Amino acid sequence: MAEKSIEDRVKEIIVEQLGVNAEQVTTAAKFIEDLGADSLDTVELVMAFEEEFNVEVPDEEAEKLQTVGDVVRYIEDKVEE
Amino acid sequence: MPLTNKNAIVTGASRGIGRAIALKLAEAGANVACVARSLDSVQETVAAVAALGRKARGYAVDVADFAAVEAAAVEIGKEFETFDVLVNNAGLTRDTLLMRMSVEDWDIVLQTNLKGAFNWTKAVTRQMLRQRSGRIINISSVVGLTGNAGQANYAASKAGLIGFTKSVAREFASRGVTCNAVCPGFIETDMTSVLSDEIKAKVLAQVPLGRLGRPEEIAGVVQFLAGPQAEYITGQSIVVDGGMVM
Repeated sequence: MAEKSIEDRVKEIIVEQLGVNAEQVTTAAKFIEDLGADSLDTVELVMAFEEEFNVEVPDEEAEKLQTVGDVVRYIEDKVEE
Repeated sequence: MPLTNKNAIVTGASRGIGRAIALKLAEAGANVACVARSLDSVQETVAAVAALGRKARGYAVDVADFAAVEAAAVEIGKEFETFDVLVNNAGLTRDTLLMRMSVEDWDIVLQTNLKGAFNWTKAVTRQMLRQRSGRIINISSVVGLTGNAGQANYAASKAGLIGFTKSVAREFASRGVTCNAVCPGFIETDMTSVLSDEIKAKVLAQVPLGRLGRPEEIAGVVQFLAGPQAEYITGQSIVVDGGMVM
């Protein structure tokens, strides 16, 4: 079985955590404006990403992650390192 | 029963108010994870909860130790599955006038009473937020409201718990998780039994209801706050002190 891409895994987490439809989770979608996340949701999301990808996301970097695409790129960079 | 199939964690459950809370929650139907510094000391409470027909387990944890708390929470999660009620009750005193108070006296009281509540709350938060329900109840003290000569460390820790309670209440309200504090006055426990008769008489003179409180009277309020009737209460500090502070 082929491994799921980082993008797919990120999107799955977002769907589960925010209870939104997969179609809503486009690369350009903004967590707060488009997906209805509040501040607690964003903290929970970051923690879920940290767990799934075994990375640490410092608060000041987490603040910059506003869209789904931001997260995918960020994780891809981190995982490559 | 109001707490049937609910799971509670009670710290400082070996004696006094903590033991009474564990039993009152069990009487209302809850299973109880009983936390204390040593397993030996908490066995009696565990047996008493089990005798009421509820699931009970003892856990030896220094609440001031974050890693130990996290590890215990994982164990409790495996055994009890949900975290419905957390009662941060573990506390200790190192009473002395400020001029005589050592840094160690200060640190151990703050770390146990205040940081202990932080540690446990952190450990259960994600699960409670996911569940979209949960009750966190912090046992503060009237001296957190009034201050008390000889208890600068204890009073600071208990006042700190009130600010902590209000902040947690605000942060988690949107997820159906409430956080309240209970502020006992002068209660008959081992903690107060060490005080001299002279001090006890002085304190009693300040209590309009004219007697010491019983641990069960604190536990009753905790049981209420943990139950469905308290769903609309959050961020409050409920004083149970025979009218000492009004």
